[in-house]
Amino acid sequence: MKILVGVKRVVDYAVKVRVAQGTVELANVKQSMNPFCEIAVEEAVRLKESKIAKEVVALSIGPKQCTETLRTALAMGCDRGIHIQTDLRTDYMELQPLAIAKMFQQIIEQKENPDLILLGKQGIDSDCGQVGPMLAGLLQCPQVTFAAKVESHDSGFLVERETDAGTESIHIQTLPAVITCDLRLNEPRYATLPNIMKAKKKPVETILAETMGIDLTPRNQVLQVIEPPPRKDGIKVADVDALIEKLKNEAKVLA
Amino acid sequence: MPFDVLIVGGGPAGLAASIKLKQLAGDSLSVCVIDKGSEIGSHILSGNVFDPSSLNELFPDKDWKEEVESATGSIATPVTADEFLVLTETSSFTIPNLFLPPQLNNHGNYVISLSQLCRWMAQQAEELGVEIYPGFAAADVIIEEGIVRGIRTRDVGLAKDGQPKPTFEPGVELRARQTLFAEGARGSCTEHLMDEFNLRKGPQTYGLGIKEVWQVPKEQHRPGFVQHTLGWPLQSSIFSKTFGGSFLYHQEPDLVLVGVVVGLDYQNPYLNPYQEFQRWKTHPAIRPHLEGGECISYGARVLNEGGYHSIPTLTMPGSLILGCGAGFLNAVKIKGTHTAIRSGILAAEATHEALTSEGVDPVAETFEITTPPPHVKAYQEKYEASSIKSELYEIRNTHEAFARWGVGPGLIYTGLSTFITKGREPWTLAHNKIDADATAPAKGFSPIQYPAPDGKLTFDLLTNLQRSGVYHAEDQPIHLRVKPELQHVPTEVSLPQYAAPESRFCPAGVYEYVDEKLVINSQNCVHCKCCGIKTPREYIRWTVPEGGGGPQYQVM
Repeated sequence: MKILVGVKRVVDYAVKVRVAQGTVELANVKQSMNPFCEIAVEEAVRLKESKIAKEVVALSIGPKQCTETLRTALAMGCDRGIHIQTDLRTDYMELQPLAIAKMFQQIIEQKENPDLILLGKQGIDSDCGQVGPMLAGLLQCPQVTFAAKVESHDSGFLVERETDAGTESIHIQTLPAVITCDLRLNEPRYATLPNIMKAKKKPVETILAETMGIDLTPRNQVLQVIEPPPRKDGIKVADVDALIEKLKNEAKVLA
Repeated sequence: MPFDVLIVGGGPAGLAASIKLKQLAGDSLSVCVIDKGSEIGSHILSGNVFDPSSLNELFPDKDWKEEVESATGSIATPVTADEFLVLTETSSFTIPNLFLPPQLNNHGNYVISLSQLCRWMAQQAEELGVEIYPGFAAADVIIEEGIVRGIRTRDVGLAKDGQPKPTFEPGVELRARQTLFAEGARGSCTEHLMDEFNLRKGPQTYGLGIKEVWQVPKEQHRPGFVQHTLGWPLQSSIFSKTFGGSFLYHQEPDLVLVGVVVGLDYQNPYLNPYQEFQRWKTHPAIRPHLEGGECISYGARVLNEGGYHSIPTLTMPGSLILGCGAGFLNAVKIKGTHTAIRSGILAAEATHEALTSEGVDPVAETFEITTPPPHVKAYQEKYEASSIKSELYEIRNTHEAFARWGVGPGLIYTGLSTFITKGREPWTLAHNKIDADATAPAKGFSPIQYPAPDGKLTFDLLTNLQRSGVYHAEDQPIHLRVKPELQHVPTEVSLPQYAAPESRFCPAGVYEYVDEKLVINSQNCVHCKCCGIKTPREYIRWTVPEGGGGPQYQVM
């Protein structure tokens, strides 16, 4: 079985994001692998270690620094990497989920033909969660999102899916299929120094996004990017009656 | 994993050494640099008005300024104005440049981001074939039969209680024919080596530097403007012995780099360096530079102030000490980068000579180490003959003059020794107390009332701390260790006798006392190394956390 894993390079989760010139400031900002993509890579590598999969290919879309993200995926255990190079912003400002799904589709249908596609459930920059479902739609194949557990079953997979009410168990009967990974699925391994050194020798292929013949224009227009309004100072009230009065008349949260 | 040369620390000294080694040896020696930050530069913090002399020596044919700008966007701004002020609470007076020591003349120097310079240097090193591995912390030095063999990286995947988690990976041994330690001031492995090999002759004394980077409106930006101040708020009289002052540098296109350095030999346990920094910004001579701007970065790091007589023996069997780890900062020039780079060049030359004259096949070819690492004493000789030593020797008494007699006499002494005696005075004012012992009991002082932050020019510590990008993986052992023999010191000495100075000097809010018990919020730690220096009896031993954590400085 061959697995294709998507890995996205995003602003590091610990960075305090700022707005500059009407958009999110990316210059001089630390970027790293999307945490949900790390979980997807870990799951793919585990499937390879338990001999269910034979080959794991990592795919990343973005600027030339994505090769570093791919190297981390390779150091965690992927066999080779594909880098679709573009300088378009991948945080929704320029490249958007449908274009990304179409690029994945082309690699899948015309190049790799994987049996399973593992993606993070969403990018922590755009928070869309759309590439997985859109890709499954384009491929006309089964999808399970927010996977908390993935088990090989018959010729497919048994997946536990997180919902607001609890977990549902879904049996994927035919492959290929798309699974997007949620937090509880696994704890990603550390890339060890020997593995990082070995990863330098694993192949990474680069494809220029413009040569793929896909329309990359955004479907939605971002009108405004603003920081959340600064927190207003609180006030102290003298007693419960004053509190009720303020909740009713100022905050307007009581009828 | 063997190498010919292993370099611990990816700062200017370590990177310069790696580059020089490859320039001399090409592929015939394997060179590896490790760094505990997630990327090269993420743990680098410095003023920085840069003297490019040693960098130009390393790259005589490169225009480093142009290359750094196109690689990182950071613009090395030529210094256009040099100002030295003495502040009083409400006003200030300028010391005319002709009365200042010649070392403070910054003509020909550049305002830079050292963090970004290191990123560019790392690229140059990689292009020359150096293997660079950020995100790996050197936890222990491997010493066998009295010879330094290399280091072991920190185990990762241990839970807070020390038990291995499913993600546990043991540390890896990196061995080399020569290990160069370039960890910066108070490096954790370097301090261990000082003890093991008895390298220290006299104690080092440190300052704590706290820095912010501001983006300001173009109208108030003055590219290349360099200002240093003394006086308020750290010194209120000419006999005040609290050493320290401020810096303020304008870097293109719209950045102002500001900060305060406080000598850690201060006496008053109620001193809060972070709060002194915040209130200094409100001074009428400072405020106009920053008002209307936005603070985009915050951080802190200790620096060496001891100068010449705090420098230890630099060599031992198998290993050398470079840069601020040895203590080459020139406290009168307020610069240590040029000496760090120079020390890297000298260490590389000495190491290359020693390894190629051994008659042994290099690890680069055989992938094994077949002979014991040599003791490269030539590095010590090169240092003794170098400009590092001569410039530090010239000013060797200045810092101690401040410490003994206060800021007024200290300034006078500095003036005399830099203009007239040029360091030729026959005496040496030796420094003989560690900073922790300089703290006086709290009963001789009262708490200082610092003003509340306004959220626009001044900030509370935790809000500012977010701007350092600091994080550590949560579930790991606390890396700030109370020394086993000093377990009683926090609650029986520090809190009752000294009013817990660590709850005030830590620029990351790590140490607090809750219900009279010490709480260590190690996740906040920005790796400044102040606590190992200034806690009463030095009760904290600073050890490395998992690699990749700590601050994420980009433009520092």
